[in-house]
Amino acid sequence: MDNSPQSISSTPIDVAVDSVSQSDVEIETHRVIHPDGSIVADRVPDLDDDEFRDLYRWMLLQRVYDDRATKLQRRGRLGTIASGRGQEASIAGSGYALSRDDWVFPYGREASMLVMHGLSMRDLLLYWRGVEDAARTEGANIFPLSISVGSHVPMAAGKAWGMQLADEDSITFANLGDGATSTGAFHEGMNFAGVLGVPAVFFCLNNQYAISLPFDDQTNAKTVAQKALGYGIEGIRVDGNDVLAVYNAVSTARQRALNGDPVLVEAVTYRRGAHTTSDDPTRYRSDEEVEEWKERDPLNRYQTFLEETDRWDAIDEDAIREEVEREFSEAVDAADAFEERGIEDIFAYLYAELPPELEHQLEEFRELLEERPEMYEYIEQRPKG
Amino acid sequence: MNATIIQAVNDAMHEEMANDDRTLVFGQDVAESGGVFRATEGLKDEFGAERVLDTPLSEIAIVGSAIGLATHGFRPIAEIQFSGFLPPAFDQLVTNASRIRWRTRGELTAPMVVRTPYGAGVRALEHHSESLEGAYSHVPGLKVAIPSTPHDAKGMLISAIRDPDPVLFMEPKRVYRSLREDVPEGTYTEPLGEAAIRREGEAVTVISWGAMMHNTLEAVENLGVDADVIDLRSISPLDRETILESIRKTGRCVVVHEAAKTGGFGGEIIATINDEALMFLEAPVNRVTGFDAPVPLLSMEDYYLPHPPRIEEAIAETVSY
Ligand SMILES: Cc1ncc(C[n+]2csc(CCOP(=O)(O)OP(=O)(O)O)c2C)c(N)n1
Repeated sequence: MDNSPQSISSTPIDVAVDSVSQSDVEIETHRVIHPDGSIVADRVPDLDDDEFRDLYRWMLLQRVYDDRATKLQRRGRLGTIASGRGQEASIAGSGYALSRDDWVFPYGREASMLVMHGLSMRDLLLYWRGVEDAARTEGANIFPLSISVGSHVPMAAGKAWGMQLADEDSITFANLGDGATSTGAFHEGMNFAGVLGVPAVFFCLNNQYAISLPFDDQTNAKTVAQKALGYGIEGIRVDGNDVLAVYNAVSTARQRALNGDPVLVEAVTYRRGAHTTSDDPTRYRSDEEVEEWKERDPLNRYQTFLEETDRWDAIDEDAIREEVEREFSEAVDAADAFEERGIEDIFAYLYAELPPELEHQLEEFRELLEERPEMYEYIEQRPKG
Repeated sequence: MNATIIQAVNDAMHEEMANDDRTLVFGQDVAESGGVFRATEGLKDEFGAERVLDTPLSEIAIVGSAIGLATHGFRPIAEIQFSGFLPPAFDQLVTNASRIRWRTRGELTAPMVVRTPYGAGVRALEHHSESLEGAYSHVPGLKVAIPSTPHDAKGMLISAIRDPDPVLFMEPKRVYRSLREDVPEGTYTEPLGEAAIRREGEAVTVISWGAMMHNTLEAVENLGVDADVIDLRSISPLDRETILESIRKTGRCVVVHEAAKTGGFGGEIIATINDEALMFLEAPVNRVTGFDAPVPLLSMEDYYLPHPPRIEEAIAETVSY
């Protein structure tokens, strides 16, 4: 006789089965400067006045960079770009908490953090003009932008592993969006980092959207920070529009990572611009929502703090603005002056040594270009690189 | 209806969703914003949120769940935003989609379509320009279709949706909007696995597919050569007969594709000709391809693609051999 159950009894079973759900986990959002301007005094980081000013400058640099790069794109002088507008506190605050010896794995919106970390603004602009040389990140501990979303997370774990084996006193720092936390690479990379106990900080800029997808549809988890628990690593949730809170969070995460406890930090913020210059955000979000977040502008929030703590008067905002505007203009000039490259660049660096077949393809192409100069008519004018 | 490729793709999905309510469309940004290329525009309004879904940024789950749905009687159409982001899901195509029928001896099947824009020439960032069709053609059990015209895009996509097996539908994004053509209203199909002859001639056979089809036609036109021009349309299964018949007539052949040369699908075509029609050849089969290098970023991108002069050179060489 077949004794296998054919259907499940509808009578509820009355035995105590414990479960854990996300409502059991309460995660505080770390703040120093509240949206209403009030300050949690004992959380104000121990920085001197120049450093407080610097932080403001880096935020402003991000704002100016995004505004002007967007304009350049519209004039056809840059390719598609991704703006960090609205995320200035997360970008500058996290960058400021890192050491130059740390290795940054960028995503693409974080101009000021990359410049802070040693990348030249010229190279950043060149990158958006589609010039590979710019991804060299000369003299800066910065990996190329991770265009394939989430793909850098396991790599950052591996690099941190290497740094640990080499007994270095620094970390890897991966920037990612909330969308990236849905990828397979994210999950595998986080798990690895947890198992190996590597010095890595994964910094998720939860800007509420992955192109058109709002955070609520990206995951059924209430927060990104709580995801850390599944991998046995630590999670921190911070107000991403509060630059001092972000600075605290990343400084703390960095310290823990150095002790072999990787950390996932979620900075809760908002992408106020379009996803990229090819995106039209009016298709998927309301003006009211954008307005609401404009009210929480990170620069205004920080300025309030500086005023409240009597530091604003010593800051010459016009001078700072002039300075970063000039820096941008000079970077554009330097990018414009960048030499045109040759077709060898297509073949270069793929292997340590150019294999014979590639050599052959290059030679053939070179000859053809000489013989058939009209070929250039088919080669469109690209933004000047 | 006068349509571009992107409109034809959109129209095909409208048709099949209306024809068969087991059809679902999902992927990143397909519902609310109509897809980054607007291929799925209007579908959500017409068919509702249950059948047209925005998914998380999860290529593995998009393709993997399509397999699960398909084995359960649905007809999933999954969009991968750019083919450069398909590699994480390659595992699902190889491990599950392509072999579920074989593995279960026909008990379970995966009638599904993965649509993805592919190819270079749109000033994109890294990983937005790939042409890895050769790699996908190498997966037994997976069909790989690549239309090059609006008419074929619509008819072939409807065939792909109705196909009892998994189909990777690669859309040549460089020509998404650059050409228009009259496309019949309503439902019609174009077969998968059958090449199309775009021009007839005696002197040489020129074979291509996708966006390169148009550069090839331009090259043939510029040269004024009396060529048979074949648009493969499907690279898996491959229409060997159309190729061989043409070679038996012309005795000469040039293959054009934008994917890297080594291991590219051109090699497979040449091997097929060697296997079946070597004695008809009057010249070695030539190929014009992308280089064995990643597609450069936008400042140098156009140097990579086989432009008409490169194609002309190869055809002229083959004809005068
Ligand atoms: C693996 C992969 N899939 C799809 C894309 C296309 N794409 C580029 S950015 C993006 C959204 C990313 O969202 P998120 O990670 O939240 O970062 P945000 O852009 O919001 O800062 C998508 C879908 C991609 N680049 N990589």
